[in-house]
Amino acid sequence: MENPKTIIDKIWDKHLVHQEDNKPDLIYIDLQLVHEVTSPQAFEGLRMKGRKVRRPDRTFATMDHNVPTIARHIINDPVSKIQMETLEKNCKEFSVPLADINHPDQGIVHVIGPELGLTQPGKTIVCGDSHTSTHGAFGALAFGIGTSEVEHVLATQTLWQAPPKSMKVKVNGRLSPAVTAKDLILAIIAKFGVRFGTGYVLEYTGEAIRNLSMEERMTICNMSIEAGARAGLISPDETTFNYLKGRRHVPKNEEFDAAVQSWKALATDEGASYDAQVEIDADEVEPQVTWGTNPAMCIPVSGLIPNPNSAKTDASKEEIERALDYMGLEADQPIASVHIDHVFIGSCTNSRISDLRKAAKIIEGKKVHPKVHAMVVPGSQTVKIKAEEEGLDKIFLEAGFEWREAGCSMCLAMNDDIVPPGERCASTSNRNFEGRQGNGARTHLVGPEMAAAAAIEGHFVDVRNLLATSV
Amino acid sequence: MEPFKEHKGLVYPLNRSNIDTDQIIPKQFLKRIERQGFGQFLFYNWRFDDDGNPREDFSLNDPKYDGASILVSGENFGCGSSREHAPWAIQDYGFKVVIASSFADIFYSNCSKNGILPIQLSEQEISNIVSNAESTNYYLTVDLENQVVSDSEGFKATFELVNYLREMLLKGWDEIAVTLSHSDKITSFEEQSHS
Repeated sequence: MENPKTIIDKIWDKHLVHQEDNKPDLIYIDLQLVHEVTSPQAFEGLRMKGRKVRRPDRTFATMDHNVPTIARHIINDPVSKIQMETLEKNCKEFSVPLADINHPDQGIVHVIGPELGLTQPGKTIVCGDSHTSTHGAFGALAFGIGTSEVEHVLATQTLWQAPPKSMKVKVNGRLSPAVTAKDLILAIIAKFGVRFGTGYVLEYTGEAIRNLSMEERMTICNMSIEAGARAGLISPDETTFNYLKGRRHVPKNEEFDAAVQSWKALATDEGASYDAQVEIDADEVEPQVTWGTNPAMCIPVSGLIPNPNSAKTDASKEEIERALDYMGLEADQPIASVHIDHVFIGSCTNSRISDLRKAAKIIEGKKVHPKVHAMVVPGSQTVKIKAEEEGLDKIFLEAGFEWREAGCSMCLAMNDDIVPPGERCASTSNRNFEGRQGNGARTHLVGPEMAAAAAIEGHFVDVRNLLATSV
Repeated sequence: MEPFKEHKGLVYPLNRSNIDTDQIIPKQFLKRIERQGFGQFLFYNWRFDDDGNPREDFSLNDPKYDGASILVSGENFGCGSSREHAPWAIQDYGFKVVIASSFADIFYSNCSKNGILPIQLSEQEISNIVSNAESTNYYLTVDLENQVVSDSEGFKATFELVNYLREMLLKGWDEIAVTLSHSDKITSFEEQSHS
């Protein structure tokens, strides 16, 4: 093929509004998703200058970060309440569609975008939220922005952006049974570090990626930002088209067939070149657990917690020491010996129906360890209802899990779902930063099956052993 | 946005890598709907103990850094969440410049949209600045026009900044107004792509 291109270049070229010397490109934004935390100042900015939302029809809002996941109408924190009411008021004033707390479509913004079919291949998608990279799973160019840029997109439906550099992340071979997409993305970040993606858009390719379901692909792309990349994407294929068919905002009938043809043409061309490339073998990946305070501080469940004395530089020695101190862990301790107090299954990384099915399979007929508090927070009200139709709620409840309403919840503890100081949580979320789940809280990131297994045993276990014995 | 041309200020060194925006401003302070008033929450969990008293072992609480306006840190500064509350807190506390050996992309962009100058210097340059700022009351002068950071003892480092951001900071542009001057192009793009 003459002049082969990556999907990143193809999407970019289709969205160029304006180019001039010494400036970034002005690109068109197809969809902006909005939530209550990063939007109030943007709407206020519009108001102060007498500006309008240019395309309310290309804007969609929901409430997720602050919402209670229990007793929906009791919002204890008056400041949270004001923030949610402000979103409601702003959406009304600027005619932006909103799935509020009472709406059946409500949920985590990165769960409902795909669910409603708003997320489609080839689109440029932004949101005032770094996990917007999730939508890249569909072959969209999706990235998080700050509130000033939220305001800019509301007012102009465009952004000034320098063309991104591209990086191919090739995953060879196949994942072993019971090793999940979460384990794969954690292993990629552990191998290449928390900033290998800075300045790049990642394209995940290779046999292992092709074999992932749509929801697993979302888990991968979701955590691109934990590698420093604003966006990560996967070229669309039959898996993508099958997921999208019939969803509310996706074209129907002949229009769908035409859309599929144009989506197929987006995939990266054979022989296209990238600015950088990394590779990993899927069959080497074991179930992962983070031990420290950033997502690259991660080891296989069979591993030992690192010893600062083995660090290569003084800076990295200090970083390990600080992390061990914060996490209350000893060097060289097996991670499997670490006991936990809480289990959180949820977040924009792992709260979709397939995540809940995987966790439910592990816990069915078992009981949560008496010393563990465990909860499931579905990613959206749609996921919640679907899970209830399948009887998953009963499996969780009978095992001793709490079964909650949809929201971001304990991933960042902006509502009342907080891990107390010094307590330890096995969490299916995306960040193990200091204080993320509560001031002084200790977070260990894992996949949904590993979280479920830890809930039963009270400490980390290799879920593969549990599956082997339960058959 | 206030234009930024030149600034001389006291340096506060926070020599750690991978400082994420959850540390810069913890989530419990993201609920306010204003842009102002976030400085009191900057590095909150590092600055204050569980009772809200200043922690003596956190360097920003050292009176020698009172009035500091240039924050210097290690690699990957501002990683994690896209919250613009992080640069708002930094600015409201009194910082006008952030110098680091590398920055996270979203944070870097958020700084420049608020008139905070993000400057990338080499690890060696950072290490010199940090050791000076830890031992004395150390001042740097930042000249955006010429893209130079210097002190009164002969230290001088140049830095890169893409022309667009440089112009935006120097002139204090309202970026939306600039873009709206291209409205006709946006409209014709929408018409052509039938959207």
